[in-house]
Amino acid sequence: MVAVGHRPEHRHAAAPPAPRRPRGGRLLAGLRRNRLAYLLLLPALALELLIHLVPMVTGIAVSFTQLTQFFIRRWSQAPDAGFDNYRVALDVNAPAGRALLHSFWVTCQFTVLAVGLSWLLGVSAAILMQDSFRGRGLLRTLFLVPYALPVYTAVIAWSFMFQRDNGLVNHVLVDQLHLTTDRPFWLLGGNSFAALLTVVVWRSWPFAFLALMAGLQNIPGELYEAAALDGAGVWQQIRRITMPSLRPVNQVLVLVLFLWTFNDFNTPYVLFGSSAPPDADLISIHIYQSSFVTWNFGVGSAMSVLLLAFLLLVTAGYLVLTSRRRTAHD
Amino acid sequence: MRRPRSRAPRLCVTAASTALLLAGMTACGGPADSTSSPTTLTYWASNQGTSLDNDKQVLQPELDRFQQETGIKVNLEVVPWSDLLNRILAAATSGQGPDVLNIGNTWSASLQATGALLPMDDAVLDQFGGRDRFLQAPLAAAGAAGKPPTAVPLYSLGYGLYYNPKMFAAAGISAPPTTWDELVADGRKLTHDGQWGLAVEGASTAENAHHAFILGQQQGGSLFDANGAATFDSPQQTAAVKQYIDLMASDKIVNPSNAEYGNGTEAVKDFATRKAAMLMWQAAKTSLTANGMGSGDYGVAPIPFPANAPTGGKHVNSMVAGINLAIFGGTRNKDGALKFVKFMTNKTEQTTLNKTYGSLPPVKDAYDDPAFSTPEIKTFQQVLATTAAPLPQVPQESQFETLVGAAMKDLFADAASGRPVTTESVKAKLTQAQQQMPAPGH
Repeated sequence: MVAVGHRPEHRHAAAPPAPRRPRGGRLLAGLRRNRLAYLLLLPALALELLIHLVPMVTGIAVSFTQLTQFFIRRWSQAPDAGFDNYRVALDVNAPAGRALLHSFWVTCQFTVLAVGLSWLLGVSAAILMQDSFRGRGLLRTLFLVPYALPVYTAVIAWSFMFQRDNGLVNHVLVDQLHLTTDRPFWLLGGNSFAALLTVVVWRSWPFAFLALMAGLQNIPGELYEAAALDGAGVWQQIRRITMPSLRPVNQVLVLVLFLWTFNDFNTPYVLFGSSAPPDADLISIHIYQSSFVTWNFGVGSAMSVLLLAFLLLVTAGYLVLTSRRRTAHD
Repeated sequence: MRRPRSRAPRLCVTAASTALLLAGMTACGGPADSTSSPTTLTYWASNQGTSLDNDKQVLQPELDRFQQETGIKVNLEVVPWSDLLNRILAAATSGQGPDVLNIGNTWSASLQATGALLPMDDAVLDQFGGRDRFLQAPLAAAGAAGKPPTAVPLYSLGYGLYYNPKMFAAAGISAPPTTWDELVADGRKLTHDGQWGLAVEGASTAENAHHAFILGQQQGGSLFDANGAATFDSPQQTAAVKQYIDLMASDKIVNPSNAEYGNGTEAVKDFATRKAAMLMWQAAKTSLTANGMGSGDYGVAPIPFPANAPTGGKHVNSMVAGINLAIFGGTRNKDGALKFVKFMTNKTEQTTLNKTYGSLPPVKDAYDDPAFSTPEIKTFQQVLATTAAPLPQVPQESQFETLVGAAMKDLFADAASGRPVTTESVKAKLTQAQQQMPAPGH
């Protein structure tokens, strides 16, 4: 593979490590040297803290309190709960914990399917669109439409289509194609999982397509020509040239899709309202239901912190694993 | 690509900006910014008309009149029901909110517990004509017993059985049902060829919870025991919920599609477009008119009772429904807010607004107007005066609506997809809902 990670380390050239100097001194020297750069970064850092870290820290703090409607006005005075909220969330023998675990499994299955399908659709479309043909620009634009539409508008349109009596889906399946005589429900019961999956994949595959399409532009055409001369077929070209070259794109893409899907709140909320059917009870809407709607913010925060911890763990594990594999390849 | 290792300096910068940020935070941690001056008020109205715009058209002329009388300009925002509670919670948490707001009267005790609303003690009520000017039932649904009300009633509502006389006549039924057995029998006669006996909103947690309460009262159940602990899965409540779900599951007089109705318009539309012959609803007049139904096209009767009341059963067939008007505790214009509440509860405004919305005035002196002596209004007035009970005025009331309403939504989904709905399955769902309730006193 092409050499990455061989950036010239001008850092060393600029500042030869002074032997035996205390660490702090070197640090200060660095700060002094790049004073302007750090100063310019300061506003961005302050905003980053304000927008991301402060709410996170507040959420963690809230998860250790009994924050209910009696205290929301003076939430800093909510009584201390210790680890009680976590005990409630993690006790799988009690209904709250069991429901959370159920929702967690549903979300895991859902995320694996949604990310897998989005990626598969994205990569297939990107490869098919790689060679230029008439109408390619038009098709590319068309493919990006779901990604460009506002979430609410798109999902509410889907919810109309999934209605049992007047929805387009049942009209096509039952009235036109006569596949079943019984009009199935799509927004209730077991089918709600499939309905949600359809909408989420529909919304996220164009992003995969976009990212992979950009990745494909960077593969030199000569590689394919050389491979063709050596007698490699289309599948071999995809397997031996396209896929390895797309590895860095895929690494980021799969991670981002995973995080988006696992955390998705808008789609199920617009599709099902505040209480999702048990078969499609994604974790973010489940947490909303057990905190905002039931005014039990401490437990909701504890569940959110657990979710955050899980996502951090998965992300860290994923990055370590994929980076190590790449280093081995290099 | 390896990241350049520069963690240590970055940490320093982080520390520096944290300090900076903390300084900034204390600066904005002071008293809430003034959102209003003595000459303006912000009013959050709930959605009572056919649409948010319709509400604006109804309310704006009245607000203009208030401005002429007092010089206070009211900034109106109509908040949809799906957002109202969240908005109020956010306002309570931040201290930034409207000056005057509408609340669903079932939330009274829950919101009272937050302390975010101005208590309406006798001194305050006297400014609006005194406690005795209000009807007793609606005022009882404005806060926990023994505490000053947290709001005053603005529009009062009750549940009634809307029926279509033409469809009844075509099925050979001469009068609306008075017992549940009659309702089911009539419903069966009315269910044929794509039309159904009754329309319900099976995915609406609030509607479901209200009927669980009403039917539970008839069965002699109660939702909370004397200590305030939830008793959702008592045999009486289980029977009540099962009876309601059975209208679809075993009586089969409700279209299974109603299991996914939940936005508050679909069941009314089915009734207005003659897809269903009956509907249990509050003040449906404006919505029915908007859907093309004239006042002669429907009748209103009280919701049925059991033919033989079970032991302990109460003679209740409606909740005391309605909208209350509250003053936000954080208001910077308390005098103006009090003036506005006084204005909204005066005889003229009560007559005008309740007439438009098809609701009942909660103040006695408004009933002189002939608009409140139509048969429809008379029925509701009778229900509200004699057979309506307020939902439990306890802080956990909104949790009850959410949890039990959602459990019933799942049960309707079971019924619609042909899965059996048994006493055991109903009880299991209710037990699950009950176990998610916080213990009393928390």
